[in-house]
Amino acid sequence: MHRDDDPLLYETSRPGLRAAPLPKPEVPVPADAIPAHLRRKAPPLLPEVTEGELARHFVKNSRKNVCVETGFYPLGSCTMKYNPKRHEDFVMSPALFRVHPYQPEEGVQPVLRMLWEMSDFLEELTGFHGVSVHPSAGSHGELTCLMMIRAYHSEHHPERDEILIPDSAHGTNPASVTMCGMKPVNVPSRPDGLLDIQAMKALIGPRTAGAMVTNPNTLGLFERQIHDLADALHAVDAFLFMDGANFNAIVGKARPADFGADCMHINLHKTFTIPHGGGGPGSGPIGYVEKLAPYAPTPVVVKEKGKFRIDWNRPKSIGPVRTFLSSTGATLRSYAYIRTLGAEGVRRIAEGAVLNANYLRVKLRDVLKFPYDRTCMHEFVASGTDLKERTGVKTLDVAKRLLDHGFHPPTVYFPLIVPECLMIEPTETESKATLDAFADALHRIVKEAETDPAVVTTAPHTMPVRRLDEVKAARDLRVRWRPEPAPAG
Amino acid sequence: MTNPQHLRYTKTHEWVGYDPATKTVTTGITEFAVKALGDLVYVELPEIGELMEIGHPFAEIESVKAVANINGGVGADITEVNEDLPNNLEWLVSDPYGKGWIAKGKVAGPDEWNRLLDAAAYGKHCESEKH
Amino acid sequence: MPYIPHSAEDVRAMLAAIGVRTVDDLFEDIPKSLRARRKPRLPRPITELELQREAAAAAAKTETFDRMNAFVGAGVYDHFIPAVVQHLAHRVETVTSYTPYQPEASQGNLTFMFEYQTAICELTGMDVSNASMYEGGSACAEACLMAVRVNGKGRRKILVSRGLHPEYLRITETYLRNIKDVVVEEVPLKDGVTDLGALARMADADTIGVLVQTPNFLGIIEDGPAVAAAAKAKGAKLLVCADPISLALLEPPGAWGADIVCGEGQQLASGLAYGGPYFGFFAAKQEYIRQMPGRISGETVDVEGRRGFVLTLGTREQHIRRDRATSNICTNQGLLALRGLVYLAALGPTGLREVAEGCLANAHYAAERIAALPGWSLSFPGKPFFHEFAVDGPLPAERVIASLRRKRILPGVALSRWWKDAPNRLLVAATEVKTRKQIDALAKALASAK
Repeated sequence: MHRDDDPLLYETSRPGLRAAPLPKPEVPVPADAIPAHLRRKAPPLLPEVTEGELARHFVKNSRKNVCVETGFYPLGSCTMKYNPKRHEDFVMSPALFRVHPYQPEEGVQPVLRMLWEMSDFLEELTGFHGVSVHPSAGSHGELTCLMMIRAYHSEHHPERDEILIPDSAHGTNPASVTMCGMKPVNVPSRPDGLLDIQAMKALIGPRTAGAMVTNPNTLGLFERQIHDLADALHAVDAFLFMDGANFNAIVGKARPADFGADCMHINLHKTFTIPHGGGGPGSGPIGYVEKLAPYAPTPVVVKEKGKFRIDWNRPKSIGPVRTFLSSTGATLRSYAYIRTLGAEGVRRIAEGAVLNANYLRVKLRDVLKFPYDRTCMHEFVASGTDLKERTGVKTLDVAKRLLDHGFHPPTVYFPLIVPECLMIEPTETESKATLDAFADALHRIVKEAETDPAVVTTAPHTMPVRRLDEVKAARDLRVRWRPEPAPAG
Repeated sequence: MTNPQHLRYTKTHEWVGYDPATKTVTTGITEFAVKALGDLVYVELPEIGELMEIGHPFAEIESVKAVANINGGVGADITEVNEDLPNNLEWLVSDPYGKGWIAKGKVAGPDEWNRLLDAAAYGKHCESEKH
Repeated sequence: MPYIPHSAEDVRAMLAAIGVRTVDDLFEDIPKSLRARRKPRLPRPITELELQREAAAAAAKTETFDRMNAFVGAGVYDHFIPAVVQHLAHRVETVTSYTPYQPEASQGNLTFMFEYQTAICELTGMDVSNASMYEGGSACAEACLMAVRVNGKGRRKILVSRGLHPEYLRITETYLRNIKDVVVEEVPLKDGVTDLGALARMADADTIGVLVQTPNFLGIIEDGPAVAAAAKAKGAKLLVCADPISLALLEPPGAWGADIVCGEGQQLASGLAYGGPYFGFFAAKQEYIRQMPGRISGETVDVEGRRGFVLTLGTREQHIRRDRATSNICTNQGLLALRGLVYLAALGPTGLREVAEGCLANAHYAAERIAALPGWSLSFPGKPFFHEFAVDGPLPAERVIASLRRKRILPGVALSRWWKDAPNRLLVAATEVKTRKQIDALAKALASAK
């Protein structure tokens, strides 16, 4: 097989080299501490390289990534905004980084205070009775909320195991429902992209435990009738979970508890800030009403007589869903964001996101088809069906060609209810000039599709690799490196 | 696309053959389904002895970006599965109604099979799905 | 100060293009009754300098591990982190990119995931690894859920050794409580290790899997092959929660029959960080790969035949399989797993062995010193341990901790929190970062603890 120029670390490895030396132990290494049959026979295969080689490998390869700091990254539903640097330094402060989750609480009061204040800020912004900063990520928070709903019903209505979910929902919603031992009930959306409240109400029955609604929804539209749905659910002692994936569109402007929601998760990396890190870490706090509070996960930070301590004593709690209090460093990046923004600044997150999305939407009106052409919130979806019919160029091709024009593509083929979908979320941290340039690029790509479609359908041309064979990857699975077998003889 | 006349079909794009001598059904997925899924990467076969039920999934087929259930067209006790298929997925493309069969099973009689779509009705159903 | 790069003129032009008068007009879709009636009550905004002052003030009031002579472990360990980790893992290209949905624009991250997966397979002795989970506890819970998918037909019992980290055990119970017809049963300990007799009695044809941690929560290296034999005798799957550093010295679980190996990755350069972010590692036998949760990077070629990497087997995941996905997990802990990779590559096999030997040496020296003190003894003498051990003293462990804190020593974790019948038991960890002087100071202080 032809190999690209850059070898894997494993392929540059040569025995005996190393990057980081360690001092010799000051006390003897006991020879027989580990019983012979439990001792490792052959060392693990790990790269053996010098520090210089290590640096070159990670620098060279990292440069093959497109990232927010090299260009616009309008990945819908992911909120790829600029993440300020001061928070990176903040969470590396010794008070937050050089402390252990099991050391005496008296010695870690400041970090406990910040986690407690973070819950407080989020209670204020969501309107909920309580907020737990325990879950590790948005989907983890969503699962935690469902576990709380399940725990409530186990006590009051054990037969209730169905959760209503609109068809525009993220895949995590039904996946979380299953993980929680319940059954998702799929509800088609209306042609205008909004919840079919009547259909949902009609589906509420004796086994309904609750419903999951993303608001604004995954099409970037605000669900105006959300409170009606909440009322209908509450009338039968069922719950409304609000998926907070899009809270960034309304933070500071509206409070989900006022919508009648009973619980929600917040993706801190989207609403506030945590650099996305190639796929994590995130942090997924949850808010909940008083009725669900007894079931909230442990542990929690409590304040007593001016002191903070960790409380595990919640008899009805679902228990922990991760180790320790919180993904502290991730959670407190967003804490620092809220501290530096203040109330007015937080509100401007939503205003900036919505302004940018609507501006880009109107700039793209003449190149893409808009199945829901109306004022949007922080993101919008467009469809490439017309283009495909006219030129044979698919949305996927447009996405790949955007890379050649210097932009990361939007989310494509989601939500599933829009064919040839592009889901575009510019975020509040992009300038008008950037949005103009992106719109220009899409205009140019559409022209290319009309005049020279091959250049689009074979894109990208300027990336470190061309289109990759995903079928081969799935059929001839190679998910780890192995040394070449030694030549025979 | 030609759907063999001697087979019967489901609206979810499975085909079912019936052998009255042995009261055995053979089932697989149609050419239409194979084309719709695109490049196939995996098929999950049922186990012998499992039940095939009308409208219920008994196997799964995957492309890179999609996964589809393979549903029972008739009720049957699964007696045989095409063990060689997972390593020869191209059979589903080259010979979906022959070498690309997925499972065989015992049935009580032809009643359920008779109620499935015939080739003409299935052809019409496919036309309607294209639009 | 929000990070919005619009001048007043930009805003005017944008509003004009949209055809509305004010930004608030764009929020018309939110019914009045659902809008916030007042501005949120948040502290006044502060600047970076003020934030720095707060961090400095917080540090001054905190007993950081830089300031304390600490022997606290219990699942989170203070290991040396070479400077390359921060410098190479935290480049903007990795920190500010996202899940590699567009592989052509993500070859860096996908390459690192592939290398990370290789390193985890090598450490654990397994065939396949995912690109990481949230942390150790939920990784154990996911391992149990995976075991149910792999081996749950006609079986309904998961046996969990009481030697598993108590928080992991509770997390596992939280996750599995909602799974129909599956129960979690605890296998008791005997002399600090999984009671093999009890395990043999409890494991039966109904057992889906056996989850054991080694070194276990009390620091003791379990007889893994014996646990494996007991599980396999009944057709149960073996799930092992391991410490990644210890695997430089210990026979990897894959070599003694593990079906799934997972654990906390914090030890691999996540730092202490007061509970996170860390990452969980997760590896399995090849035959179970389709039941694994989480992202996986796989090798392939591009249209020109060049090697490249993509996310593969995506049909397992929530965005495609929805309610039948192997898990709802969407992200890995990419940045932390990358830190782990840089760390492992910086050390190499020799360096990792030296770290492990430093742990082994320091912990055994500390144990010897403490056990020699009047009134102090090892809780489980003769049992093999790695970098942590339990000791019984003459005083309640809580009191010992309070007493030594005043001397700027954190001697460990009081096990009474989880074992009420052992009020005087202290769990002490000593990794490669401890000096002989620090260990001597601990012993001296324990001798005079009141």
